[in-house]
Amino acid sequence: MRFLFKTDYEDDIKLFPHSGYVVSYGILLALLLIAPYVLSSYLMSQLVFVCIYAIVGVALLILTGFTGQASLGHAAFLAIGAYTAAYLQKYNVPFPVYFLAAGLLTGIIGAMVGFPALRLTGIYLVIATISFALIVEEILARWESVTNGNEGMRVKTLSLLGVAVPRDSPTFYYLCLAVLVLTIVGTLNLLRSPTGRAFVAIRDSETAARSMGVNVALYKVKSFAISAAITGFAGVLFAHKLSFISPEMFTLQLSIEFIIVILIGGTFSLHGAVLGAIFIVMIDPFLTYLKDDMPGIIAGIAATFGASPATAGNIQSNVAAFASLNGLKGAIYGIIIVLFVLFEPLGLYGRWLKIKLFFQLFPLYKRATFKRQKIYVKSERNR
Amino acid sequence: MLDFVQQLVSGVALGCVYGLIALGFVLVYKATEVVNFAQGDLMMLGGFFAFTFIGMMGLNYWIGFAGAVAAMALFGMLAERVVVRPILGYPQFSIIMATIGLGYFLRSIAGMIWGTDDLKIETPFSQGVLRMGSLVLAYDKLSVIAATMILCTLLWLFFNKTMLGTAMRASSENMLAAYYMGIPVKRVVSVVWAISAAVATCAGVLLAPITFIHSNVGLVLGLKAFPAAVLGGFGSIPGAVVGGVLIGVIESMAGFYLPEGWKDVAPYVVLLTVLLLKPEGLFGLHVRKKV
Repeated sequence: MRFLFKTDYEDDIKLFPHSGYVVSYGILLALLLIAPYVLSSYLMSQLVFVCIYAIVGVALLILTGFTGQASLGHAAFLAIGAYTAAYLQKYNVPFPVYFLAAGLLTGIIGAMVGFPALRLTGIYLVIATISFALIVEEILARWESVTNGNEGMRVKTLSLLGVAVPRDSPTFYYLCLAVLVLTIVGTLNLLRSPTGRAFVAIRDSETAARSMGVNVALYKVKSFAISAAITGFAGVLFAHKLSFISPEMFTLQLSIEFIIVILIGGTFSLHGAVLGAIFIVMIDPFLTYLKDDMPGIIAGIAATFGASPATAGNIQSNVAAFASLNGLKGAIYGIIIVLFVLFEPLGLYGRWLKIKLFFQLFPLYKRATFKRQKIYVKSERNR
Repeated sequence: MLDFVQQLVSGVALGCVYGLIALGFVLVYKATEVVNFAQGDLMMLGGFFAFTFIGMMGLNYWIGFAGAVAAMALFGMLAERVVVRPILGYPQFSIIMATIGLGYFLRSIAGMIWGTDDLKIETPFSQGVLRMGSLVLAYDKLSVIAATMILCTLLWLFFNKTMLGTAMRASSENMLAAYYMGIPVKRVVSVVWAISAAVATCAGVLLAPITFIHSNVGLVLGLKAFPAAVLGGFGSIPGAVVGGVLIGVIESMAGFYLPEGWKDVAPYVVLLTVLLLKPEGLFGLHVRKKV
């Protein structure tokens, strides 16, 4: 086990606490860089979606994980980013300009949402962000001169410095990866700055933060603006990846998916955003795989346990019928959310930390280390 | 003028439905400070249960109705036991997510069992209208209004006049203190979920002739019930119904007088305005925390 001796205040906020980090993240980055030459084009496309979802996940973590302000409206910010890109592209604005413009516009709108949110906590904030998202969705469907209404908008191929970057090319993947890495590094830097510490202070106790001199209103609005702006950047990439956007893509369902990203990944660390994004993007191919292969596998197992070929065939067709039922995906989603909330509240990254600690402390690991405390004496109404 | 009255009445009927769903939110919130995002889906499931009893098994409407309410009350208890009880006392956000997950699950399961078609229940009020002068009121809408008023009064009396109701209010204020005072908090929470599922079922069955039952009806109406609950002040039983009626009237007026598109947005615009100006709602208590 490694012990980190801190001899300086700077040690607490180092980007890389020890050399192991540099090595492991260096290897990870190298693997990601050679990925286009190794993986199939389908997996590459999924990897691009992982990057986009992870960017949104990081944005949501800043707001929900670190500032403690829940939002179920991030699909709206993504939509605003995507539509800004699609609209400006019609007037031949170059990519870097509309990329930044989309982030700026979403950031400003995020701040505007943040102001009313100052007075709201908990459930009220969740409901307010849902309403915001529903209103934005309706505006996108109705403001036909700009958004082309329900018919949707076509997004032209991205052109970077005069070179066309098709949405399936490795260059587009590198672009998404670069944005993701920049977002993560930027967020890490933000979180170890006074601003980031103010966010965490607000999350842990608003009253305490205020009495320590943190301007709660200012930092909440900042958190909203930053989170929205990052989501706006992701929206531009999202629009280019899909090459067609319409209002029904940015529903409450998508906002919930983003929340699931950080819930499943873990809300206390940026690792959570990436792990959650991998999970949510890869669950689709995984379910398809189960649907195609599971009946055969189960029938095979039944046959080895002595079922007659007729029974095995019967089992196979029954399982196949079950697996292709409509809405099975929704049910699985629901079960996954409930199971994670009940049994793995720290998410996938929390599980990884637990496993790591188990081996570090080998015979001495205590399950209670990660146990959360229950609070029965709170009344959110009296806050 | 006649148009106005007609819109007003259909708005009130629609609003009563929102009010009924909002009542479910408020009940659970009052007793446990948990917001149940699956409330609309409980309503949807109640409708399907009633359809099974009345439409498929051919029972009498009232017996089927009662059967659906009883079955859903049990289901509410089950849902509470499995999903909510293990995480009581954790941050509210966990519970919101858990109920969202529950909602997903119920929607898909209902879609698998009952299919994705719109189903209809034959009710004693399906046909027939009440004519008052040139005003035409359909019985199915009047039944919703009447049922809402009765349920609201009963629940208000229950919460304010009975021992169990007082116990529920106490456990919402401070679970630990309520437990020390001898209130069986776990059972109280269980009963609240049963009641709120039963109320949701009433909403679902009464709604069946108006909007039909399909697996997404709960999501759509549940989202509309939030503005109702917030407008009335989360935690006030008459507030939920008044809020629901206001939202219903605003929605139907917006649909009639304002350009297309406003109908769906108006409730949320109202909601955001209320949250901005008076976050505790019309009937909510505003209490400052003492340090």
